[in-house]
Amino acid sequence: MIKVKDLYKSYGKSGKIKALNGVSFKVDDGEIFGVIGPDGAGKTSLFRILASLILPDSGSALMNGHDVVQDYRRIRQIIGYMPGRFSLYQDLSVEENLTFFATLFNTTIEENYHLIKDIYQQIEPFKDRRAGALSGGMKQKLALSCALIHKPEILILDEPTTGVDPVSRKEFWDMLARLKEQGLIILVSTAYMDEASRCDRIALIKDGEFIATDTPQGIINDYSDILWSVEGSRMSAMLKELRTHDMVMSSFAFGDKIHITVDAGFRRNELEQYLTNKDFRDVNIAPIEPTVEDCFMALTR
Amino acid sequence: MSNKVIDVSNLTKMFGNFTAVDHITFDVEEGEIFGFLGANGAGKTTAMQMLCGISMPTAGEGTVAGYDIIKENELIKRNIGYMSQKFSLYEDLKVWENIRLFGGIYGLSDKVIAEKTDALLKQLNFQQERNTLVKYLPLGWKQKLAFSVAIFHEPEIVFLDEPTGGVDPAMRRQFWEMIYDAADRGITVFVTTHYMDEAEYCNRVSIMVDGHIDALDSPAALRKQFNADTMDEVFRQLARKAERD
Repeated sequence: MIKVKDLYKSYGKSGKIKALNGVSFKVDDGEIFGVIGPDGAGKTSLFRILASLILPDSGSALMNGHDVVQDYRRIRQIIGYMPGRFSLYQDLSVEENLTFFATLFNTTIEENYHLIKDIYQQIEPFKDRRAGALSGGMKQKLALSCALIHKPEILILDEPTTGVDPVSRKEFWDMLARLKEQGLIILVSTAYMDEASRCDRIALIKDGEFIATDTPQGIINDYSDILWSVEGSRMSAMLKELRTHDMVMSSFAFGDKIHITVDAGFRRNELEQYLTNKDFRDVNIAPIEPTVEDCFMALTR
Repeated sequence: MSNKVIDVSNLTKMFGNFTAVDHITFDVEEGEIFGFLGANGAGKTTAMQMLCGISMPTAGEGTVAGYDIIKENELIKRNIGYMSQKFSLYEDLKVWENIRLFGGIYGLSDKVIAEKTDALLKQLNFQQERNTLVKYLPLGWKQKLAFSVAIFHEPEIVFLDEPTGGVDPAMRRQFWEMIYDAADRGITVFVTTHYMDEAEYCNRVSIMVDGHIDALDSPAALRKQFNADTMDEVFRQLARKAERD
């Protein structure tokens, strides 16, 4: 279990830059907990504190009962940490990297092979290749294998799928689901909202504070705006046009549609006519259910 | 006749006996936003490097911004904009110093740079950050600045290599609105991304699999062709066929 209470962290002269501004939360065994937020919101600072790599200004964090400041040696035994940037040795081979991390923790690849088998088997055919010469998806599988080789109880993954294609991302999350089944606690940050939906619970972080913590469905249930989708010709021009409309509160592109939030007095026909008069063709306006991404846009606005 | 900013045929790159890019043929029209998609390792970066004049093709021919990719690759470099995901700004230089440096590299005079710098900082709402070291900017801000710097000299075409990797949903949308504005001004945009919602924002999209271009059309036409509801599904259908790593 992870228990975090009132974490504060600031940087710079006299603590000018506040990275964490009183963060508290708990994560249960076998839970995947996602931390979602804009760049610079404090995600990496939080993860680095929990990995015992930097010290908080105040507050406490217990990882399976061990304090991240007092028991940092123990912390490093029980966590597996995958930092945001590819952190392996580019000039060592796949197998050398894995052996290196196993040796650091007084273990061997053979001893814990069962833990990484699913993942490592996919890159084992390339075990003699330099890590620097791997494709993005394979690098990430190697990094995860290295984070798992000492049998950690808690995994901390800082944006593990940035720069990874949609197919490899799905495979990666399937692997996380299997690890969770084995009882691991997984703490993960991501900028992909489809991944947020695969977490058991998510926290939205903004300016160093958790502004919402709930299941993805719970976050969606709390969405209070009236949401419609709009499609038609000349979408980028339409986006701008919608922003000038009195009844439209917000307007953002979502793939092939535009999502708008509207005033209570909104009438579909009226907007349809308005857009048609402005020379937009094939206009289609429909009420829709929000996604986690809509919630993110609303909460960080 | 429409003006083709990219026009290449049978472009191929081999490393030893490994064919990274295998006879790709396509064109991109002026003012178009062209999405260049593919799985990790499909050959996108290698193809892009050939188009930018950084890497010599093993075979094939073509032009970018009107210049021959074999004989005039130096001229291509001077007439395009390029933004890489990993490195596009100097972290230890201030915001204005980065603008000054890249403006100089692209051959703009000090006077023009000074004028355009003020306008750019205002447009980005960055006036407060003029003297900030780039390393202290949040990622999303860096990417917006890097994009602005890449088109500072008003090139015919700008190449963007995963410009929004790791950028949050709100900032990604602001970034794409900058791309739209650049396209409205006539700058052709060639962009790679792993976000399939962003594929929808392109006029046309190509999808690379194992060094080939396996699909190329507007997002709506591709969805129809592959009988899919989303670009994500189109991508999965194609990427599943991949055999190499």
